Amino acid sequence: MAATEEPQAIAGPERRGELFTTISGVEVAPLATPETAKTDYDRDLGAPGEFPFTRGVYPSMYRGRLWTMRQFAGFGTAEETNERFHYLLEHGQTGLSTAFDMPTLMGYDSDHPRSLGEVGREGVAVDTVDDMEVLFDGIPLDEVSTSMTINAPAAILLAYYVLVGERQGISPEKLSGTIQTDILKEYIAQKEWCFPVEPAMRLVTDMVEYCTDHMPRWHPISISGYHIREAGATAAQELAFTLKNGFTYVERAIERGIDVDDFAPRLSFFFNAHIDFFEEIAKYRAARRIWARELKETYGAKKPESMRLRFHTQTAGVSLTAQQPLNNIVRTAIEALAGVLGGTQSLHTNSFDEALALPTEEAVRVALRTQQIISHETGVTNTADPLGGSYFVEALTDELEAEAYDYFRRIDEFGGMVEAVRQNFPQREIGEAAFTFQRELDDGERTIVGVNRYQHEEEEVPLLHIDPALEQVQVERLRKTKSERDSAEVEATLAELKRAAEGDANLMYPIIECARARVTEGEMIEAMQEVFGTYTETPVF
Amino acid sequence: MSAVAEPKIDHKIRVVVAKPGLDGHDRGAKIIARALRDSGMEVIYTGLHQTPEQIAETVIQEDADAIGVSILSGAHMTLVPKIVELLEAQGVDDVLITVGGTIPTKDIEALKEMGVSGVFTPGSPTDEIVEFIRNGVTRDREL
Repeated sequence: MAATEEPQAIAGPERRGELFTTISGVEVAPLATPETAKTDYDRDLGAPGEFPFTRGVYPSMYRGRLWTMRQFAGFGTAEETNERFHYLLEHGQTGLSTAFDMPTLMGYDSDHPRSLGEVGREGVAVDTVDDMEVLFDGIPLDEVSTSMTINAPAAILLAYYVLVGERQGISPEKLSGTIQTDILKEYIAQKEWCFPVEPAMRLVTDMVEYCTDHMPRWHPISISGYHIREAGATAAQELAFTLKNGFTYVERAIERGIDVDDFAPRLSFFFNAHIDFFEEIAKYRAARRIWARELKETYGAKKPESMRLRFHTQTAGVSLTAQQPLNNIVRTAIEALAGVLGGTQSLHTNSFDEALALPTEEAVRVALRTQQIISHETGVTNTADPLGGSYFVEALTDELEAEAYDYFRRIDEFGGMVEAVRQNFPQREIGEAAFTFQRELDDGERTIVGVNRYQHEEEEVPLLHIDPALEQVQVERLRKTKSERDSAEVEATLAELKRAAEGDANLMYPIIECARARVTEGEMIEAMQEVFGTYTETPVF
Repeated sequence: MSAVAEPKIDHKIRVVVAKPGLDGHDRGAKIIARALRDSGMEVIYTGLHQTPEQIAETVIQEDADAIGVSILSGAHMTLVPKIVELLEAQGVDDVLITVGGTIPTKDIEALKEMGVSGVFTPGSPTDEIVEFIRNGVTRDREL
């Protein structure tokens, strides 16, 4: 922490050989005092539900409503994932979250040569609207909110969802949920892309516009720090790059002529909950304060809803160890508690076996129970922002905020985030942080229990096995859809999509028409790539 | 870096760090690439989303002594055999093959049987990987 004017405030022996820094490398003072945190209550904190929302976005926080317990799920074909969805809802989960497989994330159909061996492996395979219908079979889309983790092809999956709603007799304005769509963090960290940056940004803005006009309960972008952190970023980098990405989407939508108060309330965030407990809580609090201030002062928002940063949290996958996997239950519980004390609106807790494979039902149930224990047994939900006013937490919040503004300035020197991404700036910063952390670990300056200390012989845990035959099942279903559809309609809608891509019309409408004609995801992506081109990273290490 | 055994060859070791498959998890690959480079090896990092064909081609073009395949997508039992086959088909039999990533125990044996020399799962210290490659490369480069 920067404010260490009075380090003599405590004196005493300290353990040797241990780093007294956060996991991100921030120096921590041995004791925080009123001098450490120079907080002005009205300016810096405010009541929960009031500007600048540092203490939370709602006045009564969890007394009013608990966070949404939303476990990310997806594997195999749509049938397997649909079954897992029903399992989770039966066990008290309150929202759905869909993981798509790698080919779907990259815009390849299941029968594409590049998809071989990857279909249904790390998520569910979705090629056409028919798959989407199976995925949400028996789930009333006007009652259950759904989150979909997909970015480069997000517009296509949203179109499928709208059509599934239509087939269930539910109009787009009644659908509620979130689609990730955060393409900037793909180039920065998750690395699943289809197009160059500029046309990808156009697609994002097209979706924001479409949702503003037709889907008032839908969050068209979930601005995500999660993957940035998983790639090795520090807490400050996660905070800074995520918020800067958010500002960039806001700027694009304003340039499009959309009133900031018409879309900003539907932007949401997605943060990591890493293992450094207080640093994470401070990160969420700083994020709310920065977002509120910038939306109001820089982007001219008038409505308080536009200034409220609402976020989903997922515990840190990267903190899980393959060694002694049951220890991961403890890690996840602590991380989840940080998310709750930081005021999250929804939460995914990782399963203890996820460093080894996709989770079994038992492991997922323990993860969900962890949230239920926090919410119903620990009492932490009784009061809003229970750590507000802690000298240490307030000082750490200020520190993270200052670090974020420092990054904003450096990114602006590139001419903004798009240019900084093109020049690999955030990528390089993250790579550096990841390497530093690994070196500290290798040198024994940092401890990961069971990995570089307290190792012992392993016991095997049962793992989820994904039947490789499912790939063939999915390829067959795709063939069936292709053989049944009207090929003239397919060609006509695809031609229209290409024409629209060449001009500047909103692409959501031709994409919906393609989806209705049962055009595949891969066919739509290829059509747009003929106009937009593709993206190749220049890797830095 | 801890004490290093005398290298068995007299040229600078050339390693291809490869990312096959569609996933974008390149944190590990980049850390390893950098650690290998810092230890004095020449490192060629392929970048993301490479096909087995592209990877085999890179190994041959770069006249590599070793290859480190980083894979976290669960597709290792499809992609690694493909890379091994392609190298064999081109008559390449003296390149040290290593694999890193989330590889279940039961697959490790299978990978070794098909010609992979070392498999490194999450939590492996980077020094251990560097030394494995340094000690494993026995090939004389044809100059």
